[in-house]
Amino acid sequence: MDAVVSAIPWGPVLILLPLAAGTTCFVFPSTAKTVGLVTVTLVPLAVAGLAWRLLAHGVYHHAVGGWGAPLGIDLQADGLSLLMLAMTAFVGFGVTLYATGYFKAGQSDRFWPLWLFLLAALNALFLSGDLFNLYVTLEMIGLAAVAMTALQGGRDALVGAMRYLLATLLGSLAYLMGVALLYHGYGTVDLGLLAARVTPSPVAWAALGLMSAGLVLKTALFPLHFWLPPAHASAPAPVSALLSALVVKASFYILLRLWLEIFSPMAGGVAGLLGLLGGAAVLWGSLQALRQVRVKLLVAYSTVAQIGYLFLAFPLAAGMGLTAWSAVVYLAFSHALAKAAMFLAAGNLVHFGGHDRVVDLDRVVQRLPLTAGAFALAGVSIMGLPPSGGFNGKWLLLQAAVAQGRWDIAGVMVVGGLMAAGYIFKVLGHTFTQANVPHEPSSVPARMEWAAMILACGAILLGFLAPPFLAVLAVGNPIAAGGLGS
Amino acid sequence: MSIASLYALVGVGLFSLGLHAVIVYDHLLRKILAINVMGSGVFLVLISLAGRGGNSAPDPVPHAMVITGIVVAVSATALALSLMLRVAAATGRAELGEERGD
Amino acid sequence: MKWIRWLLLPLLLVLATGLGYAVLSLPDQAPGLQSAVAGQLEKSGVTNPVTAVLLNFRGYDTLLEMVVLLLALLGVWSLGASPAACEQSTPGPVLDTLTRLLVPVLVVVAGYLLWAGAHAPGGAFQAGALLGAAGVLLTLTGGRVRNGLGRRALRVALVAGMVAFMAVAVLTLQSGRELLAYPPGQAGVLILLIETAATVSIGVTLAALFLGGDPAEGNER
Repeated sequence: MDAVVSAIPWGPVLILLPLAAGTTCFVFPSTAKTVGLVTVTLVPLAVAGLAWRLLAHGVYHHAVGGWGAPLGIDLQADGLSLLMLAMTAFVGFGVTLYATGYFKAGQSDRFWPLWLFLLAALNALFLSGDLFNLYVTLEMIGLAAVAMTALQGGRDALVGAMRYLLATLLGSLAYLMGVALLYHGYGTVDLGLLAARVTPSPVAWAALGLMSAGLVLKTALFPLHFWLPPAHASAPAPVSALLSALVVKASFYILLRLWLEIFSPMAGGVAGLLGLLGGAAVLWGSLQALRQVRVKLLVAYSTVAQIGYLFLAFPLAAGMGLTAWSAVVYLAFSHALAKAAMFLAAGNLVHFGGHDRVVDLDRVVQRLPLTAGAFALAGVSIMGLPPSGGFNGKWLLLQAAVAQGRWDIAGVMVVGGLMAAGYIFKVLGHTFTQANVPHEPSSVPARMEWAAMILACGAILLGFLAPPFLAVLAVGNPIAAGGLGS
Repeated sequence: MSIASLYALVGVGLFSLGLHAVIVYDHLLRKILAINVMGSGVFLVLISLAGRGGNSAPDPVPHAMVITGIVVAVSATALALSLMLRVAAATGRAELGEERGD
Repeated sequence: MKWIRWLLLPLLLVLATGLGYAVLSLPDQAPGLQSAVAGQLEKSGVTNPVTAVLLNFRGYDTLLEMVVLLLALLGVWSLGASPAACEQSTPGPVLDTLTRLLVPVLVVVAGYLLWAGAHAPGGAFQAGALLGAAGVLLTLTGGRVRNGLGRRALRVALVAGMVAFMAVAVLTLQSGRELLAYPPGQAGVLILLIETAATVSIGVTLAALFLGGDPAEGNER
């Protein structure tokens, strides 16, 4: 059994399967929903196959073309990649389920090929071990995301998509300039080879600065977050879920890889800057979320805040690298599930009442109990209350902060958690009340409510899965190499 | 300073000028053009430094990277231009306007 | 955001200086991957090193890049119908004659570039760009392009390159080799096959991108 499972090339399967499915949906639009559902059911199975292979045989390597780096491109997967792939697979499943009920006929034809190509691009990104290949996958993701944002048209969506496109192109170009410098400085774009060859030098510093800046722009860290709220709030609900849950994590993953593998000997001062910006993101994003009138904008600003948490770990990693980075991965995974659930729930609210103004939510708890429940459970994870994945992540991060005497970071986390509670309960409170102007509700298809609920339960479930999670993360030791400055 | 470095410096200059234009100008077409200029700068850096092999042939890998990069840039520009036309039709001007909420 | 502009010039000067310094710090002579490419060139199936890198050593990037092209087109199509301006242009006699003369030339040169890519500069993208230019020229002279291909045929043409590439990929996986590891001896043929399909796809995609919207939706109005 092990021989059979381990012999299958899971990496290429994870990439080719959604690519082929997307092509099929494009050429035969009538089959789109079926093909989509079948694909997102098969992808988690493929991830499970890869997990089996990883746990049995260690880090997964696949030299595309048989050439091997530096001449060819290498696919590689360790524990971190596997967790990111699993995150993509599960969020993708939930959002697909939702999308089968959400889109009307004309837009559905457009959505499915775009989504399946995005899925292929995400899988390709998490499996890639080559910097230039990562650039191409980043562009795939960017173009697909922008196209999906503008899918339903409308003034806000178009302006948001335009701003998003410009920001993402700018980020990619900065990243590519860094890749160009690294290639010409060290003769390769392979992650593994560069990790061995890079030493602190003007070229490495320039590349570090450029690539970090570009990826930080694509991950929407304060103050480069300006493009995120308009784009994520005005996109269709399943698209917003994908954007906040998966797309921003993709560029963050690349940044993490670069820091852990290549730039780890160099990066002390910049880590401090990232931590500072992360703290500002938490406070500013939560503050803006509290001020919002519409649920979708509130959730989008919540994303800005949650991304800040991910960057708080950078200054903490110098001393307690394993704890800090484990916290980051845990937070990223939980946020993906919880934020996707929140956006899907918000989509249900819009579908139900025709609007998403917080104060005008009309007795949602009685009439859409699953949706309100999903929002509440997702909120538990976002706030960082036990038991939830968000709690585990924040706990690990707090441990790292307190153990190193970084009370400023710990303080920011506590304040951020309180503000998150503020905006979550603001929405939940209004779901219990009657609106001033009651209106006729439209019914929400059951699968849309269940999709949100499943994802929210996943975020909570993650809280109970800490031991296997951390065990998987340790495969291939991606983190052990990467204490910053150590 | 060799010829290769000179071209690479021009590429760096294009990148910086393009970055300035993207941030400063309001009109979407100018922003899109500026991004293209930045892209040209990056490609110039890639290509020019590939010719540093002395008497041997230039390094073909950056050439292939630039071909890929050009195709990506063309695709992105096409999408950006179509999006710009829709934005102009929807808002009456080909500009992004003030961002809300920040 | 006005205050940012005052901060911007000094910041950009710092950026340009830093990058310039990094570039100047690179050695004047440095070996790249030329020798590695030259060493494996016979096994790659073509003799032009750039084509070998593009379609064999780093062929996976090329596959993904074709997806990028298609994604851009999908994005443009999802924005709505193509603007009416394209349909109604009536060419003057000069443009009309020029088009009739140039388009066949473009097609032939594209075919030549495709073939020449194996041993000289050329290949799928260059040939595809020429075909795209031919398509743009035809569009500018009265929109005859959009009536040429039916919906299904158009979509098949658009994905032909990707499908060829993916078919080769699946075949290599099934035969137990790594992804896109062409069997020795057949590499040249496979590369030509992929490039031919890709040329058609790239040309049609570029021409369709120029239309600026979904041609099918326009026809239904």
